Amino acid sequence: MDIIVCVKQVPDTNEVKIDPKKGTLIRDGIPSIINPEDKNALEAALRLKEAYQGKVTVLSMGPPQAEVALKEALAMGADEAILLSDRAFAGSDTLATSYTLARAIEKIGKYDLIFCGRQAIDGDTAQVGPELAEHLNIPQITYVRDIKVNGSTIIVQKALEDGYAVVKSPLPVLLTVIGELNEPRYPSAKGIVDAFRKHEITFWTAADLNVDKARLGLDGSPTQVVKTFTPTNDRSAEILHGDLDQVVGTLVGKLKAKNLV
Amino acid sequence: MRFSLTPEQEMIRKVVREFAEKEIAPLAAEIDQTCEFPRVNVEKMVKLGLLGIPFPQEYGGAGGDHLSYAITVEELSRACATTGVICSAHTSLACYPLYAFGTEEQKQKYLVPLLKGEKLGAFALTEPNAGTDAASQQTVAILDKDDYVLDGSKIFITNAGEADIFVVMAMTDRSKGTRGISAFIVEKGTPGFSLGKKEDKLGIRASDTRELIFENCRVPQENILGQEGKGFKIAMSTLDGGRIGIAAQALGIAQRALDETIQYVQERKQFGRPISKFQAIQFTLAEMATKVEAARLLTYRAADMKDRGENYSAAAAMAKYYASEAAMDVTVKAIQLHGGYGYTKEYPVERLMRDAKITEIYEGTTEVQKMVIASSIIK
Repeated sequence: MDIIVCVKQVPDTNEVKIDPKKGTLIRDGIPSIINPEDKNALEAALRLKEAYQGKVTVLSMGPPQAEVALKEALAMGADEAILLSDRAFAGSDTLATSYTLARAIEKIGKYDLIFCGRQAIDGDTAQVGPELAEHLNIPQITYVRDIKVNGSTIIVQKALEDGYAVVKSPLPVLLTVIGELNEPRYPSAKGIVDAFRKHEITFWTAADLNVDKARLGLDGSPTQVVKTFTPTNDRSAEILHGDLDQVVGTLVGKLKAKNLV
Repeated sequence: MRFSLTPEQEMIRKVVREFAEKEIAPLAAEIDQTCEFPRVNVEKMVKLGLLGIPFPQEYGGAGGDHLSYAITVEELSRACATTGVICSAHTSLACYPLYAFGTEEQKQKYLVPLLKGEKLGAFALTEPNAGTDAASQQTVAILDKDDYVLDGSKIFITNAGEADIFVVMAMTDRSKGTRGISAFIVEKGTPGFSLGKKEDKLGIRASDTRELIFENCRVPQENILGQEGKGFKIAMSTLDGGRIGIAAQALGIAQRALDETIQYVQERKQFGRPISKFQAIQFTLAEMATKVEAARLLTYRAADMKDRGENYSAAAAMAKYYASEAAMDVTVKAIQLHGGYGYTKEYPVERLMRDAKITEIYEGTTEVQKMVIASSIIK
């Protein structure tokens, strides 16, 4: 079973603070991590490989420093890692990103499954996985929380707001997974050593892919960010004093005035 | 000279820190109270291959370097010093002599299961009357046909009650002094080999420290490590490396005390503001941070020298001497800055202080380190 896992390197948003004056993210000294749900996707791929054999290829698009994320993926047990890195890719929105990833996957060629995390913690769009499936013209199942393979078909549980649906699909298929699917493993010490000493990361630029240059990067991105801002938080609290009847009366009066009761 | 880790070493730190914070730290206060050996931590470390980092993959090790190993012990000890010493004693004191002095058969039989984590190791040199004066060994090993017969006892042996494979020093020829000491591989369950009760200690309370008792204990002749009479050299060489592990343990404890204190002084308010605003507090923090950093540099340098194949004996002694005193000083200051709360078990700093003390004592006291350092500079 040949599996491709798409991962993104993101700033660890648990560590990110917002500059109160400028309203922008303070990224200095913030560690970069593999997007958490992409790690769940990689874990799922590694478990399928362990059960059915095959190969796990990790694919990412990003600046050269995203190499560290791919090294970590190799340390966890991926067999190969490809980084799409080119100035031409800079400024890509989800459409340009998914287009570029799709062309890279076509270049990789053979695959039975593509895994993506549901969404990245820095952008929260959840669009790249579904768009990628559309570019490749293969079925997709999103919000996957359980996976069973049965010959050449796959049966998964797709999480819904108030339950789950059981969905069956032929292979190849693209799955986007959620955190409850599994608990990602820690890379082993040996895995880390091998990732740095035995594995090479493959770098592909735009020139390595069969792409329409107009569909890459900022030029290929219809999404435009007009402005970013931190929502203001104007909540205020009031504590009512007095005896119980009086306090309840005042409270009901205030709630009625705001049409809340 | 570049004071930065390689990307590989950085990733070891990142992974072990995350692992230690999530998997090891939550148990630390509890096992300090119950004194129960954290077998579950050993199993978790085995899964990550943390019990054989600086040894070749062909023997089941990770194939990493000694600096990565030191970082691992540091990060484990930052979460739980007991767990740090389990890893350190196993790796430096049991695996290392088997790797460095064992025959190929001994490596296959004993080192491979130790590095894979199927078995746990321990090292036995100290005796009731042979501590710093390690040459005064009373335990004897007499060759009788195909076996050596061991008689005597060892004390304060780390991992003793949980280990499967022991490297044990014994006198094979008392007339030759230190050159009459030999090293043996002894398996748990060998007839005539028994364990004393678990020591009730000030710190690293869940580490299993016991007496080993040998009464007419027959060890096959092929279990001698190196040659007859090489035991003292093996022990000293083993302890040189072990000191890097203990320096790293002390460093981890000190770093944790500093981290806890930095957080506390910014939260604790007196006279209407966080106590971190007071210069007296800031100066103490500055002293603590400087000592931690100096301990780190000495420790990493000793590990790096070992990786480069240089003579690291004095460097390891300096690292162990300095880092252990730094750990003691920094943890005492951490309690002081925590005030009354620091003296209670509500905060981890009192445990850190108790854990720190042993680093000035085991694998050669501070005074032994000074002897090693002095002998390296006065020729």
